[in-house]
Amino acid sequence: MRNPGSNSLSRILIHLGAWLPLLRTLLDSLTNNLSINPIQDIEQRFGRAAITLLVITLACTPLNTVLHWQLPRKYRRTLGLYAYLYAVLHVTVFVFLDYALDISLMLQDVGTKRYVIVGAIVFILLSTLALTSFDYWKKRLGKNWKRLHRWIYLISPLAVLHFAWARKGNLFQLQGDILLPLAYAVVVALLLALRVPKVRSAIQSQYYKMRA
Amino acid sequence: MKIRKAYSSAIHPSEITPKHVYLSRRDFLKAMGVFGTGAVLAACSPRGAYLPPQEAVNSPMGDETPTDEVNTLEEITHYNNFYEFTTDKQQVATLAKDFKTWPWEVEVYGLCHQPRTFGLEDLLKMAPQEERIYRLRCVEAWSMVIPWNGFPLSTLLEKVEPLSSAKFVRFETLYDPESMPGQKNRLYPWPYQEGLRLDEAMHPLTILATGIYGEALTPQNGAPIRLVVPWKYGFKSIKTIVKIELVDEQPATLWSTIAPHEYGFYANVNPKVNHPRWSQASERRIGESGRRRTLMFNGYAEEVAHLYAGMDLAKYY
Repeated sequence: MRNPGSNSLSRILIHLGAWLPLLRTLLDSLTNNLSINPIQDIEQRFGRAAITLLVITLACTPLNTVLHWQLPRKYRRTLGLYAYLYAVLHVTVFVFLDYALDISLMLQDVGTKRYVIVGAIVFILLSTLALTSFDYWKKRLGKNWKRLHRWIYLISPLAVLHFAWARKGNLFQLQGDILLPLAYAVVVALLLALRVPKVRSAIQSQYYKMRA
Repeated sequence: MKIRKAYSSAIHPSEITPKHVYLSRRDFLKAMGVFGTGAVLAACSPRGAYLPPQEAVNSPMGDETPTDEVNTLEEITHYNNFYEFTTDKQQVATLAKDFKTWPWEVEVYGLCHQPRTFGLEDLLKMAPQEERIYRLRCVEAWSMVIPWNGFPLSTLLEKVEPLSSAKFVRFETLYDPESMPGQKNRLYPWPYQEGLRLDEAMHPLTILATGIYGEALTPQNGAPIRLVVPWKYGFKSIKTIVKIELVDEQPATLWSTIAPHEYGFYANVNPKVNHPRWSQASERRIGESGRRRTLMFNGYAEEVAHLYAGMDLAKYY
């Protein structure tokens, strides 16, 4: 810890930042500042908040291992659970507002739209991690807990794929409306690469050279 | 949140528009002095430099429109897919605000006897401006009901006398990255191109629109002149047209070039043909909270189904 006071301040900032997308959405709903297509607007805002928090969660470990920064590691679970909160809100809007519980229509789409299929897989996996994130399960699962939670390395790129496929264009041919998903893809790729020991030690030595 | 109640049942295409719905709106506009009379309209126009649409003529198609409620001008002008400006639907109106639509020329050329370049003033005088209240179904599974002002594309095409070898019509949007900043984005093969089979282009439902609600089109809606083909997904209705070419082969279109598996040349509204991204079986009508079942040919099957007799619409999507 660089400075003992920073802990509580950063704590407040992290919690405030995580609630901000929800508060803004509520405020915009009440003041009529959503788009002309409000349900889609809410759905996409929650989706973006979820994937953003997921990427931030994914950054916690490398910030710790590469830069030896303690703080992010302490909030890794908190941030991950916030990401899940927005994923739940995103799915809730999809089921209850977007499709208004029209099960037949929903099943038809869930079965045929690749972005929905990938989104559903992400949600199921993420739910498993969220539910087993508590100390009780950590103790109970022992070694397997770590194994289970490594699934995040698959979940994150799948979440980006879900995002990219939900937009017009083609991520792999670099055509269409893909700039934002591409940015997420690059960041996720980088954060995953930092988990490879060789990459990590190379960057670490580079970092210490710079500081020296 | 602004949400109107959805109609509970599916609409039948032959149901007649309750006239009071749009008449009341029209009366309101008339009372405001912005509808119909050209002098008033010209005086009200912030740009001042366009010809107003003539007194609206009730077209024979007017009665074919559904029972749906017409969308508000606010909705129509602030939720736009116009990637030439930006991919953000809400921002198009702001970015397109100063777009210059006068003077304007449309070059009509290719396989025809009388190729000609028409000034906008010629196009506005070419035929009486009719009001056409059409459903617009976007491929992204949202829809609106829009009271267009315009005239049949066939009127223009007849003027240039297509050759018998002309089988398709190719349309092109203005390419000007200075005034259309979205065109600086290299991820799209600009300029925007679209196409129709000649018989689709000559169909009486196909119009060139120059106005909405009796006012000149706003830039975000494709000013000064755009195509409207109500039985096809919205991206077929190309905006801000500068070129119309008669050709003998099916022309390339922007979206079918980027993603041929997603966007076909025909792009007829069809709830049975799946799209990998959006539901084509249902849609959200802007202003409503629920979903509506999407209608075959967007509810214009009676008028247009014969154009595709014997065609496999799953193959020619």
